[in-house]
Amino acid sequence: MPYVARRFLFFLLTLWITSILIFVATNLLPGDVAGVILGRDATEEARVALRHELGLDQPLLNQYVNWLTRFVQGDWGRSYSLRTAIQPVVLERLRNSLRLALVAVLFSVPPAILLGVIAGLNENKPIDVIISVGSLILVGLPEFVVGIVLINVVALRWRLLPASSAVASDASFGEVLPQLIMPAITVAVVMLAYIGRLTRIGVIGEMRRNYVRTATLKGLPHWQVIFKHVLRNALLPTITVIAISLGWLIGGLVVIENVFSYPGLGRLLIYAIGNRDLPLIQAVTMISVTAFASANLLADVVYSYLNPRIRLQ
Amino acid sequence: MSSPILSVENLVVSYHLQNEWLDAVRDVSLDVLPGQTYGLVGESGSGKSTLVQAIMRYLGANGAVRSGTIRLDGDNLLSKTPPQMRDVWGSKMSMVPQDPLSSLNPSLRVGEQIAEISRRHEGLSQRQAWQRAIQALSQVRIADAEEVARRYPHQLSGGMQQRVVIAMALSTSPRLLVLDEPTTSLDVTTEAAILDLFDELLHKNQSATLFVTHNLGVVARMCDRVAVLYASELMEDAPVSELFHHSLHPYTLSLLECVPRIGQGKRDIRLRAIPGQIPSLRNAPPACVFAPRCPVALEICHRVKPPLEEAAPGHCVKCHRWREIADGSLRLEDGQVEAAIPGNGRNGKRAPAPLLTIENLRVQFESGGLLNRLFRGDGTVKAVDDVSLDVPRGYTVGLVGESGSGKTSLARSVIGLVDTTSGKIELLGVELHGRPGQRNREVLRQLQMVFQHPEESLNPYHTIGETLRRPLMRLAGQSKAVAESNVGALLDAVHLPRDYASRYPNELSGGEKQRVAIARAFAAQPELIVCDEPVSSLDVSVQASILNLLAELQHERQTAYLFISHDLAVVGYLADIIAVIYLGQLVEVGSAKGFFEPPHHPYTEALLSSIPVPDPDAQRERIHLEGDVPSAVNIPSGCRFHTRCPRFLGQICVEQEPPWRTDEHGRQYRCHIPVDELRAAQNDPTNVPHRAEIPSLHPVERGGRG
Repeated sequence: MPYVARRFLFFLLTLWITSILIFVATNLLPGDVAGVILGRDATEEARVALRHELGLDQPLLNQYVNWLTRFVQGDWGRSYSLRTAIQPVVLERLRNSLRLALVAVLFSVPPAILLGVIAGLNENKPIDVIISVGSLILVGLPEFVVGIVLINVVALRWRLLPASSAVASDASFGEVLPQLIMPAITVAVVMLAYIGRLTRIGVIGEMRRNYVRTATLKGLPHWQVIFKHVLRNALLPTITVIAISLGWLIGGLVVIENVFSYPGLGRLLIYAIGNRDLPLIQAVTMISVTAFASANLLADVVYSYLNPRIRLQ
Repeated sequence: MSSPILSVENLVVSYHLQNEWLDAVRDVSLDVLPGQTYGLVGESGSGKSTLVQAIMRYLGANGAVRSGTIRLDGDNLLSKTPPQMRDVWGSKMSMVPQDPLSSLNPSLRVGEQIAEISRRHEGLSQRQAWQRAIQALSQVRIADAEEVARRYPHQLSGGMQQRVVIAMALSTSPRLLVLDEPTTSLDVTTEAAILDLFDELLHKNQSATLFVTHNLGVVARMCDRVAVLYASELMEDAPVSELFHHSLHPYTLSLLECVPRIGQGKRDIRLRAIPGQIPSLRNAPPACVFAPRCPVALEICHRVKPPLEEAAPGHCVKCHRWREIADGSLRLEDGQVEAAIPGNGRNGKRAPAPLLTIENLRVQFESGGLLNRLFRGDGTVKAVDDVSLDVPRGYTVGLVGESGSGKTSLARSVIGLVDTTSGKIELLGVELHGRPGQRNREVLRQLQMVFQHPEESLNPYHTIGETLRRPLMRLAGQSKAVAESNVGALLDAVHLPRDYASRYPNELSGGEKQRVAIARAFAAQPELIVCDEPVSSLDVSVQASILNLLAELQHERQTAYLFISHDLAVVGYLADIIAVIYLGQLVEVGSAKGFFEPPHHPYTEALLSSIPVPDPDAQRERIHLEGDVPSAVNIPSGCRFHTRCPRFLGQICVEQEPPWRTDEHGRQYRCHIPVDELRAAQNDPTNVPHRAEIPSLHPVERGGRG
């Protein structure tokens, strides 16, 4: 079986196991769903009737099978608190999260790799020390601090960009772009140091390998040794980590989305938990997990494509 | 005489370490002429790598040429800037490094790695350069070069990788080719093919070759002229036959006698070990650098540095006493050959009852990780496949095989580091089970081991004394006080000073660490010691003293060894019984005495003919084996050697497993050819199979997966 196919089966297996964990975990939460929906004054008969209607009186295994079947078919249920179908809401938030992730990657990855390569090629020289120390200071700052400073300075004092990123649901990508810049910079500050350090270590490690000596002693120009021989290998771990961090960018930006009031998946999850909206929690978690697992799949596929030692075992 | 291609004059190369300059190459001069192969011989720490790096203008950041000149075709290399050097590298001089896999870029096709050189230096187009790369690969006898050019390095065998690196170095026909230990990491049969390839390819257009190696056999086989380096200095520089037959330097003479020759046993000769070790850069002796280890040093040798003198035309030597050596009035040995241990072999005597019995042992591994095993049925690696072998009490059984033969798996299963799949291992009639932690203390005491890399087998945080005390207390059951007092005796036994007990491993040299490892193995008076390549990571001068020590200790204590090595000469020296293993199965077992006389299993025959002999006049026909060792996942049918066998008979070898045959001396081998027929064939010098051809290497699927 080809590597990618095997990896895809593993991806499905991961999703299936997490679906069980999510279902069991949400069912262990205290509280009666029928009570939450009907309010405190409902009669016992009404609650029993609703539980029956929702299938909550069936054995847990049946409930799980029904839930999973419907979920896979695209019927994600209705939200108790929003009183609408869940799927359109979650998909819209997912689209918003993807937009933010894209802009954040564009803001963080190119400068991070550039700085990392410069630092790595100049190991322990002043330029390396400046880049390394600078990026470590940045990564030490909590993301809400960076976010609030940006809002205060860029938006409120200089009035360059809007302070709130609360975008309308039907706005086009071009329209929301100005509102994405500040959250994206905040994300980039976190990722810059991480990816930059990783790139630096990769470059330093590869520069000591024997094939670099071979390439140099072929008389190749220095830039060709670096770009063609060294970076091809040195950037492998970096690319993998970038792909993996896409999962975090899509499903895990809870704090940043809150600071900028950006309607992404992270905020939706906080809302769902706050309102004990079990179907919504299940749907958002499943989508976040799918995002993480897809990012990992992507990372492995990209890595195997770039690394012939994996691709052609 | 034509002018030299490479000319090095009075070169001094130093490293800047902790605020002082330490010389790694001191006042070295040499000329390499067109068409010449110049050998550069030295042990680790001799300065040969630094010299090569300086010649290539590729010294580390803290190294510098402090004086002297290096000229290539009259052109001063030291005055060139790095961009100017890029026009020299790869076009006028190129290098074949020691370890081919790490020297190739893992992420680029090998064809591209060759093609980029001619694009850079000859301005060829993409397509022309690719064609040139394919030519270069065919030139080094790679069959199906177009297919190989599209592969990545990890898809090629070690021998094939080395050919790729050679093709790379030769693709632009450089004036100077530097070969830096080009065959050291290869198996002996692969090495033989590569050396023959050099014979064919070098000096096509009167170019020059600098051949760096520590192996005197390779030097004798390849070089026209040899320089011997020791502790940063040139000791002797002579034409190759002069050096091997009329060496005038005590260091060269000692080196020549510290490697065992094929057929020399511990009962014939005591190896000439050079006492002590190469001085570090910081502690270089002020006068003659070899004086502290020299067996014939005089008072003047410690006081005055000898000049490099021309003793005969073209023969330079740096020794105060070369005249006495030249006229025969000074000899290193006293004329009589001393044996390491007495006795004349055990051929006549019946071997005592076996101590260790291995019966029908199989060791198998599943290849691939968990994910692979979940989703696809992977092959089983048959590392050891039905091996039976006895080790008699007090005997050394030598197990010889190339990489991938299963010799290490066999040793590890005896020790308990890998699980056996089937079969039985018995020590003194008690079956050995499980991992070392599950074995009882008596078994652990009886069975000890010595590994290849002493630095990895000694705990760096324990003093030598603690390391040696542990087995005395835990296995021999001695009290702390008694153990303490026995540590000194153990250090005496391995010829180390008693005050070493308070030292840590990092304060010891490699040879000293291996002595400690041996002392630890002997501490609890074991019955059997498994020695896994115990001398292969050591320099030859140190190797000899360890072999002498092992022979001596065995003779005193009657401990049996299971001695694993890839080096037939070393095994032949120490062993009483030799077993040859190929692809997980024994192919030959016999007494070491007379082992090197026919009849041999054809594989043993090929191994023996592949070993480079330190004698430049030895004219030997080498037997070339076809291709690489097959994968242990897909073992060939019938005789598992039939795919490469130079004495292949036909269908019978493919279809039927060969029987064990026994000659009149009790030696056994597994082959379809009967004893008399095989002996007659192997004694007939005109009947050397496949002798002229260097076999082409065909690409095979590596790893058997995907």
